[in-house]
Amino acid sequence: MTDSLLTVDGLQVEYPGRGFRAQPFRAVKGVSFDIRPGETVGLVGESGSGKTTIGRAILGLAPVSAGTVTFNGEDISHPTKQRRRELTRDIQVVYQDPYSSLNPSLTIGDSLTEPMIVRKTPKREAQARVRELLDMVRLPSDAADRMPREFSGGQRQRVAIARALALDPTLIICDEPVSALDLSTQARVLELFLEIQERTGVAYLFISHDLAVVREMSHRVAVLLHGELVEWGDGDTVTSQPEHPYTQRLLLASPVPDPVAQEQRRADRLRLKQLHADQDLQAGAA
Amino acid sequence: MLSFVGKRLATGVGLIVTLAVLTFFFLQLGNSDTAQRIAGQQAGPEAVAVVEERLGLDRPAIVQFLDWAGSALTGDLGRSWFSGQEVTEAVTTRMSVTVTLAVGSVLLTAVIGITLGALAATRRGWLDRAVQILAVIGQAIPGFLLAMALVLVFAIELDWFPATGYTRFSESPSEWLLSIALPVIALTLGSIGGVAQQVRGAMIDAFERDYVRTLRSRGLPRRSVVYQHVLRNAAGPALTVLGLQFVILLGGAVIVEQLFSIPGLGPLALSSTSQGDIPVVMGIVVVTGVIVVVVNTLVDVIQAWVNPKVRVS
Amino acid sequence: MSTPTTTASSATGAPRRGVLRRLLVHPLGGVSMIVLAVIVVVGVIAPWIAPHDPTETSLSMIFAEPGGEYLLGGDSAGRDIWSRLLIATAFSLAGGLLVMAVASLVGVTAGLIAGYYGGFVDAVGAWFTALTMSLPSIIVLIAARAVIGPSMWWTMAIFGIFISPVYYRVVYNSVRAVRGELYVDAARTSGLGDGRIIGRHVLLAVRAPVILLMSGVIAAGIGMQAGFDFLGLGDPTIPTWGQMLNEGFYNITRSATLVLWPALALGLTTVALTLLGTALRDELEGTSERRRSRKAPAWSLDEDVPAVVDHGGEDASEPLLAVRDLAVAYQAGDGYATVVKGGRLTVRRGETHGLIGESGSGKTQTAFSVLGLLPKGGKVMAGSIVFDGQELTGLSDAQMNRLRGTRIAYVPQEPMSNLDPSFTVGHQLTEPLVKAAGLSRKEAKERALALLARVGIPDPERAFGSYPHQLSGGMAQRVLIAGAVASHPDLLIADEPTTALDVTVQAEVLDLLRDLQEELGMAILIVTHNFGVVADICDRVSVMQKGVMVETGATADVFDDPRHPYTRALFEAIPKGAPRAPLAGVTSAGLLGTGALK
Repeated sequence: MTDSLLTVDGLQVEYPGRGFRAQPFRAVKGVSFDIRPGETVGLVGESGSGKTTIGRAILGLAPVSAGTVTFNGEDISHPTKQRRRELTRDIQVVYQDPYSSLNPSLTIGDSLTEPMIVRKTPKREAQARVRELLDMVRLPSDAADRMPREFSGGQRQRVAIARALALDPTLIICDEPVSALDLSTQARVLELFLEIQERTGVAYLFISHDLAVVREMSHRVAVLLHGELVEWGDGDTVTSQPEHPYTQRLLLASPVPDPVAQEQRRADRLRLKQLHADQDLQAGAA
Repeated sequence: MLSFVGKRLATGVGLIVTLAVLTFFFLQLGNSDTAQRIAGQQAGPEAVAVVEERLGLDRPAIVQFLDWAGSALTGDLGRSWFSGQEVTEAVTTRMSVTVTLAVGSVLLTAVIGITLGALAATRRGWLDRAVQILAVIGQAIPGFLLAMALVLVFAIELDWFPATGYTRFSESPSEWLLSIALPVIALTLGSIGGVAQQVRGAMIDAFERDYVRTLRSRGLPRRSVVYQHVLRNAAGPALTVLGLQFVILLGGAVIVEQLFSIPGLGPLALSSTSQGDIPVVMGIVVVTGVIVVVVNTLVDVIQAWVNPKVRVS
Repeated sequence: MSTPTTTASSATGAPRRGVLRRLLVHPLGGVSMIVLAVIVVVGVIAPWIAPHDPTETSLSMIFAEPGGEYLLGGDSAGRDIWSRLLIATAFSLAGGLLVMAVASLVGVTAGLIAGYYGGFVDAVGAWFTALTMSLPSIIVLIAARAVIGPSMWWTMAIFGIFISPVYYRVVYNSVRAVRGELYVDAARTSGLGDGRIIGRHVLLAVRAPVILLMSGVIAAGIGMQAGFDFLGLGDPTIPTWGQMLNEGFYNITRSATLVLWPALALGLTTVALTLLGTALRDELEGTSERRRSRKAPAWSLDEDVPAVVDHGGEDASEPLLAVRDLAVAYQAGDGYATVVKGGRLTVRRGETHGLIGESGSGKTQTAFSVLGLLPKGGKVMAGSIVFDGQELTGLSDAQMNRLRGTRIAYVPQEPMSNLDPSFTVGHQLTEPLVKAAGLSRKEAKERALALLARVGIPDPERAFGSYPHQLSGGMAQRVLIAGAVASHPDLLIADEPTTALDVTVQAEVLDLLRDLQEELGMAILIVTHNFGVVADICDRVSVMQKGVMVETGATADVFDDPRHPYTRALFEAIPKGAPRAPLAGVTSAGLLGTGALK
């Protein structure tokens, strides 16, 4: 697919085992998907599914042991240090934890100018850019002189988004960006993500454990289980009529905020569970 | 568990070997005129050469070391260049005195320090403040200064204890106790506060753990949670501190021995270094290293035994 | 929610002033700084104010009385004690500083490299640290003296190297911690090189612990120097406190003041340095206990609590739990932070009641109040909690203990941290059954095994003998539920019981809670932030906002017709589940070939 911004093909990530002659731990086992310019691809999975590792591998923070990551036609699975640094202009990240992702001893402005230091942006220009960024994420411009501890989780997450936007990237890896936020804050941050995408045409890799959030955000969705991709396709289809048994289980396991609908969903889940159990039994007998 | 102990011991042996190598070659640096001093200032080059040959000093350092290490493995640490005494015997006799002091202080520190720390953590209030002040003083004031004060007050002014000297346990147990009482108290005073402070911190830390609330939610009285769960979980850090204290006390003992004229390792270390008596210095360093490694391994083993995460798996 | 969270921090912490200024007003810090300042000044000007040459001996002045030509008298060699004391101050301080400089230079550099890059330096550092810990430093210095002779400077430098692991370990650990912080990852993805990251982020984190160690290391250096000189190993041409002590101690019968002055100088310096370190730690780490008045400050509710929107529909029976006008506060500085102000809650027998709210809504605090297990510093200030006709506020801990575990039980949020890592699952399950419920060991074990089987643990015998770290999160949560229902409580308080679990595990745990409730007929108070969980399991729901109960009613009623603006806002914030429209410009052909990958 030539029109892809990023293509992940057969990606495998292995961490060396701990101790003498230990087996390496394979966190991602041959995953393939792609992201088009301006698109949001959702990556869903439970703990240990490897979803965060995939994001880190794209950023060059996790060791790629096999497969390729192609960005704008260039293989970036093992770039040189120099190239990796240049790539940061195009690929950025927003992390889950808004508390650990900002250095508590630097002002918001310092954190925001960080990406510009390397590019040797003149000071005046950098400051103007900071104001622009703060405005983009709907924070007051005096926020630049304040410390992270003066901000709530939602506001810090806005700062993190602003930092990711600083260099006008074409792809942002969003690693559970709203999981640590309260419900009402979460809704506003999600809205902001959509708004920015509309304005800038940036593509998102949206990593989350929450099917409902992913559904709302993503054009296409990939479902991961134990480091493997089990389902991949159009967002609406995957999140409402999944084909893979695991995705079905995942969908039915997340409770809907409606007592009547949830009763139905629970009944469906128990029926599916019974069905899977019967299938397993038959498979075992055969 | 066995492989764990094995691993710890192997690391320990490695440490002792490094220690021996480093010390030996370091001591070579200052070893240029030893033969002259042994032979006497008036001795001519020929006499000096005789001494050198007798002690094997004319050989390359590496050969000397291997020779020393070979016999050290059989338990023979050579002879003193000056007195001709067997180093193994000299060091172990004196080491036993020093270790007695250190072990006595560690035990006393453990009992008093842990009790004080536990009380400070559970009762808080004035006791807590007292423990913290004690800890600061213990940490701040050099041990020998405390020892001096004790001698001045209890030995010289009050005459309750002998000011100096050492009676062997085999000679008279009661006098032995009197002779080591002040040195042990002096050493202990400096370390109680630190241990109590650590125990206090570990216990307060354990108090705030989620599982304490959960256990209490099941109707367990506070006392029982404190004595079983909180103390058990604070035991690990406490043990680590006691292990470190042992090394510190061993060092403190060297000065305190000199002060109380106790025939331990301290005076031997002083005389042998001022003479440049390398076999004795080597013996002291290596034997001390062995004792510390053994104690540390013991601490690690108890630690593992207390902590199931290490024991199981 | 766009108000900055300064309210919480300003209530707990003192306003931030310069560390130096705060140190001066710190009771210990101020005094020790003044003492140290005097000592340093004396040390610096000593060569000019010393009336005599400290090494000049005079037969006529041996053991001279104080007050004559020699201010503090003469020593055994007839030297001026006052002059020696002054000069010794300079040398002691210089020695301490040298130790600190060498130790921090070696330790910080190695710690930075080893912590940031790991690898070879890391291995060497660990090895050297182990080495230094296997020998008392005095033995090393004595051995070193055999080579270098009686040189104060060399001795202090070697001591500095020997204790450099103190710095190494602190720096190493903080570098390791910083490296794990997301902001370092973010800097890297911003394109910053290692040098810049160390300069910007790592050094910043290392600064405080390194400063904290300073005074302690100087004190250790001064103490070691004194000890070394006391043993007579020092340079005889340099007057030091240690030498003076040695001198005085062996002439103690002649004159006690010989010991007194150097002992005083040494003790004062090291104590002041240590106290300064303690004060600095208090201030930098914010552990300083502000002087509080002995009496707790007066608490009052400073605002009106709005009425709760009640959908009604409750039956008229006596409630199992009735919380009325509950207020919970934490003492903070000279006032209180009130975290619950209008706690109202009615739970009936056998019902599942959801207590929902965002972080800081006071929902967990309300639950803990019912259990009588508020975290340290928290207190029920007003209101009543009636459980089965009995008022719980004001009960003693022993009285509460009779209710806890037998009639009111608790399931926590985080399964792992709520099991004691040092005891087996079996021990933690049977201990309350034996000690609180009075079962025999054998009965308790049987009950525990049956419970483990009941909560769906595949191999109960094995789980019984396991330690918590051997269980998965879902299993651990089942164990905790087993422990909570062990004595058939009337009320189970579950604090976000599924928040830490994966969605599929959450569904199973909710099923388990539902089944257990039907079986045992207990009421469940489930604290959660998840409307899906409420829809799934709760008969009734209460919504809390900033410590105040705003709306309560049957789950169906509240979900159908949320009336309080806050409840409505919450419902609006729930992801609607509307899918994204396909990406413009992408033909559906582009989506062919997708679907389930088998």
